Amino acid sequence: MITITLYITIGMVTLAALLNVYRLIKGPDAPDRVLALDTLYVNAIALIILLGITLGTRMYLEAALLIAVMGFVGTVAMAKYLKRGSVIE
Amino acid sequence: MSQFAEYAICLLLLTGGAFTLVGAIGLARLPDFFTRLHGPTKATTVGVGAIVISSVIYFSSQGEGIGIAEILITVFLFMTAPVSANILAKAAMHIGVSTVNNTRGKPWEQ
Amino acid sequence: MFDRLSFPQPWLSLILFASWQFLNDGVSGASVVMGIILAWAIPQITHGFWPERPAFIKSWRMPAYLVRVIRDIVVASFEVAKLILSPRQPRPVFVSYPLELEHPLAISILASTISLTPGTVSVDISDDNRILLVHALDAETDDEVIDAIRTRYEKPLLEMFE
Repeated sequence: MITITLYITIGMVTLAALLNVYRLIKGPDAPDRVLALDTLYVNAIALIILLGITLGTRMYLEAALLIAVMGFVGTVAMAKYLKRGSVIE
Repeated sequence: MSQFAEYAICLLLLTGGAFTLVGAIGLARLPDFFTRLHGPTKATTVGVGAIVISSVIYFSSQGEGIGIAEILITVFLFMTAPVSANILAKAAMHIGVSTVNNTRGKPWEQ
Repeated sequence: MFDRLSFPQPWLSLILFASWQFLNDGVSGASVVMGIILAWAIPQITHGFWPERPAFIKSWRMPAYLVRVIRDIVVASFEVAKLILSPRQPRPVFVSYPLELEHPLAISILASTISLTPGTVSVDISDDNRILLVHALDAETDDEVIDAIRTRYEKPLLEMFE
């Protein structure tokens, strides 16, 4: 039962990622694109965790943790660039 | 694995997947930037939170102990989601993105 | 010399130490030593970013507040999900929320809470820390939003920080 549920959930999250890519391409403004990227990395974390459950290993959690940290820093850097025109003042 | 744990994992996985999808649908279909901001900050964060909790239950029912890394991921996501939403909203206000026509009130001038 | 070896923010140091142990997947001699070094160094380096020392006067009220916020986050996501899936257009509104809180840490906790709960995102704060600009996804009136924030979140925070 868990295997089928896992596949359904992976399908849902993949569809969500595709919708994010649609917003990433369409825009129309730069903040929309940054927001789409922000959502995309959160979805990537979900996919990695689902992959970990499917394969029965915990090794991928470290990668998910790194993506969580780096994705946040990336979003803040891009938002700050949009607001101020530079990242480190 | 006990029957109860299995049902709990399936329920959490489906809830998480559904919320993630709803967040993305909101991002794709809502009319302007400030309304789009609501989908990812709430629905997606809760969706990923549910998926992470199902992972915690799965690995602890396999007898591998409670995963601390998963809990750290959840806490980190819940701490950073409002911060990134806030800083993105500030950036959008600075650039002056257009708001949908039926919005009452105005963003501040920078 | 020895006053540099102090821990100016014991809670921050404790949280850093604990999360380093968790990241190492188990307590060992090396992780304890490294944890103590990090718990000492990070508060010293980030010292300049804390304008004044954050002081919880009544920190035992925090768990009850957290439980309420987590419950509200779940309820909020269902509401937002319902709104996203329903065909009608949302009625977004910008609300200027007059703050009663004065402590910077309390204000940032309130702003984060607002961003995570029912249909509201905090957008900006005025320069004198008196007014918070809030964007609500779907609201009839401004007062509805202001009352909800005031009674549910700001009152408990006021009690905690006064």
